[in-house]
Amino acid sequence: MESTIVSTKGFNAYFGTNHVVKDVNIDIPQNNVVAVMGPSGCGKTTFLRCINRMHELIPGATANGTIMLHNENVYDMHPIFVRLKIGMVFQRPNPFPNLSIYDNVIAGYKLNGIKLPKEEKDRIVEHSLTKSALWNEVKDALHKKGNFLSGGQQQRLCIARAIAMEPEVLLLDEPTSALDPISTSSIEALLHDLKKNYTLIIVTHNMQQAARVSDRTAFFYLGELVEYDDTKKMFTNPKDTRTQNYITGRFS
Amino acid sequence: MKTSLDNSVVTRRNSVLRVINSIKTSDIVRTSKRIKHSYRQIRTEKIFRRTLIFMGVAMVLLVLGIMLTLIVESVPSIKSLGIGYLWGKVWDPVRDIYGAYPFLLGTLLTSFLALAISVPFSFAVAIVLGEYYPKGWLSNLLKNTVELIAAVPSVIYGFWGLAVLVPIVRSFETKVGVQPVGIGIFSASLILSVMIIPYAASLGRAMIQMVPSQLKEAASALGATRWEVIRSVILPYTKSGLFAGILLSLGRALGETMAVTMVIGNTSLIPKNIFSPGNTMASVIANEFTEADHPVYLSALIELGLVLFLVTVVINMIGKRIIKRYTTV
Amino acid sequence: MNAHIKYRIGKSRGFQALTIVLACACVVPLIAILAYIFKEGITKINWHFFTNVPKPVGEPGGGIANALLGSVIVISVASLIAIPVGILCGIYLSENKTTKLAYWCGLCVDVLQGVPSIVIGIIAYFWLVKPFGSFSALSGSIALSIMMLPIVIRSTEETLKLLPDSLKEAAFALGMPFHRVILKVIVPCGISGILSGVMLSVARIAGETAPLLFTAFGNPYLSVSITKPMQTLPLLIFNYATSPYNDWHDLAWGASLVLLAWVLLLNIITKITTRKWKVQL
Repeated sequence: MESTIVSTKGFNAYFGTNHVVKDVNIDIPQNNVVAVMGPSGCGKTTFLRCINRMHELIPGATANGTIMLHNENVYDMHPIFVRLKIGMVFQRPNPFPNLSIYDNVIAGYKLNGIKLPKEEKDRIVEHSLTKSALWNEVKDALHKKGNFLSGGQQQRLCIARAIAMEPEVLLLDEPTSALDPISTSSIEALLHDLKKNYTLIIVTHNMQQAARVSDRTAFFYLGELVEYDDTKKMFTNPKDTRTQNYITGRFS
Repeated sequence: MKTSLDNSVVTRRNSVLRVINSIKTSDIVRTSKRIKHSYRQIRTEKIFRRTLIFMGVAMVLLVLGIMLTLIVESVPSIKSLGIGYLWGKVWDPVRDIYGAYPFLLGTLLTSFLALAISVPFSFAVAIVLGEYYPKGWLSNLLKNTVELIAAVPSVIYGFWGLAVLVPIVRSFETKVGVQPVGIGIFSASLILSVMIIPYAASLGRAMIQMVPSQLKEAASALGATRWEVIRSVILPYTKSGLFAGILLSLGRALGETMAVTMVIGNTSLIPKNIFSPGNTMASVIANEFTEADHPVYLSALIELGLVLFLVTVVINMIGKRIIKRYTTV
Repeated sequence: MNAHIKYRIGKSRGFQALTIVLACACVVPLIAILAYIFKEGITKINWHFFTNVPKPVGEPGGGIANALLGSVIVISVASLIAIPVGILCGIYLSENKTTKLAYWCGLCVDVLQGVPSIVIGIIAYFWLVKPFGSFSALSGSIALSIMMLPIVIRSTEETLKLLPDSLKEAAFALGMPFHRVILKVIVPCGISGILSGVMLSVARIAGETAPLLFTAFGNPYLSVSITKPMQTLPLLIFNYATSPYNDWHDLAWGASLVLLAWVLLLNIITKITTRKWKVQL
């Protein structure tokens, strides 16, 4: 049986007076890949950022409602704890330019000032890089700076950095939109492996990607959660006409 | 009944054991360490945020404190000398007569004369670096050299002026037929004009480089020569920026102390012409501050400082406003 | 028609030549000053010059040991005060762009940048010299640190504002607290800009004389106590250059060369190191 790990109730988000996420209720089951799709400007990225409270970095962004992680409202927790439990990968790969690949992977520990013995660090680095399918490519260059890596490799480095912290949920904000098709397919394959250990929520504006990688799909339109269902059901037999229009390409 | 209860307890215990076994001990240690650590971090975070705000407040207090100190310390002079102090023509501390007019005049004369001499040069640098040769090692060299002009300490300008420039000015004065003193307002202006070149030059260069190339191309395509492009496109487009550069140079010239003090002659008489010795507000403060032996004398000097402060601040703020408006639009 | 075009082209060329000549003329006084100081100063400099204190008028020899030491002490203390305060204030300004306090703080930094150095000297006199009843190196350091602040603050602020937001996002998403995001990620990535601001500010105050006239005051003897008057290089140059004695002028020429070399070296090192420290984004 699948248990719910993240669930939102009556969740709203605003930019100033602009209502960008409207009354969203959604349950995310554990160890699944959930795709959030919709046309650009539909509030999907904002919603994703609200899950680990990253929207608080944007001046003027506010939110109300509850987002439960297990049995705890993330808005009652300190953002630091939320972000330790819910990792995030961004649209553009953003490794730390001043750190080596090795230090980038354990950046969450190193920069947080958590002291670990060397063997432990080595283990985490190897484990995370293996999981993010980068180990074989960089194992000889661990102590070089990451800027010679390709975009796809950098993005996998960012995934390794996120999973090194052993989060329970991993948020991915259009992780392949800045990458070429080959890198994209390697990241997609990776998502499939990662769901054994983590729950993934991926935002994408690419329907095919949502269909390929996800178990369940949520469709956002103008800030509303229009439909949320099993991916197969959604793509073969959408209930809402707006979803149908979107899937058949009547608006994008 | 009893056995079924036992069974359920056993199964529950087994499931708990399974969960515990599935977690590696190192994970537990790491997680608990991390949480304890994080609580400490949250406290430090709060302290850090407060420190930052405190620094912001401190900066405001510092400037308010400077203003307040200047005002409070000039109260005795304002009270006993009144507003007429500013255009009183005689400054004679020995007889207790204070008038700031000689210094106001000296400051204005040196600053504007310096500005008039330096502006053609700094604009030439701005045009050469901004338009004719924006790249290349030669223009880099020129740019860095001009920037070095601002790096040389003013006391060294003063010393060099005293040793080299003053004799030259003296022989020039002999030729022109004024009393050959050497030191005086003219020498001070010459030194100042060199010192303030970089300010208008570097700002002007940045402004000229910001002129959209489409505008320049449009004019060139109509058959305008290089000079006509500069005169009819670049100069009108950058005129407020160039004006801001002049203001910053002026602000710098008004407040400059050491170089001026060393070559201006330090007399409190009203200068007869641009070759006669004089004093500026800054130089009279530098010369007489430690000698001022009674309260009104000292306070009169501080009032000069207050005037200097207000004038330079206003000039700088106007210049900065123009630059900000120019660069954000 | 043809003649008119030729006239215009000629005018354009003439103007170009004129600006280039004027621009190159700016370099002449600088080179003249550097050459003259070098010529006058180099003959006075020897080991003795660096290790001795000035002699009274009439005695040959003497050096600038007290001024060198004094300059180092006064500048170090000023840096100790201004660098942390300036960097923190710069961080505050770059992190809070919209608050009212940030607006006023930014305004005050602008004001501070325009304050004439002699006025800063007056302020330090009333804040530190008068209450304690004695000229002191510490009051000079504080005056200089006030002059350093706007340079450090602005360079920190401008550098940090240029860093992409994605960097900060990456750090926050790892659950890092604000202070670690700033101190471990943002500041190291902007270190080259911050460092160049710091070094430029040190170079700027190294030659400042006016704020020290009524604070550090000067001292013909070797002194290391920051609560007593102290000699610095620019003060020594000013006092000795305006004296009527040739021996003292010689000392001042030597000191000028040392000061000039010091300041120019700082400027050049700034240019080189900041290029080396630059983080590729």
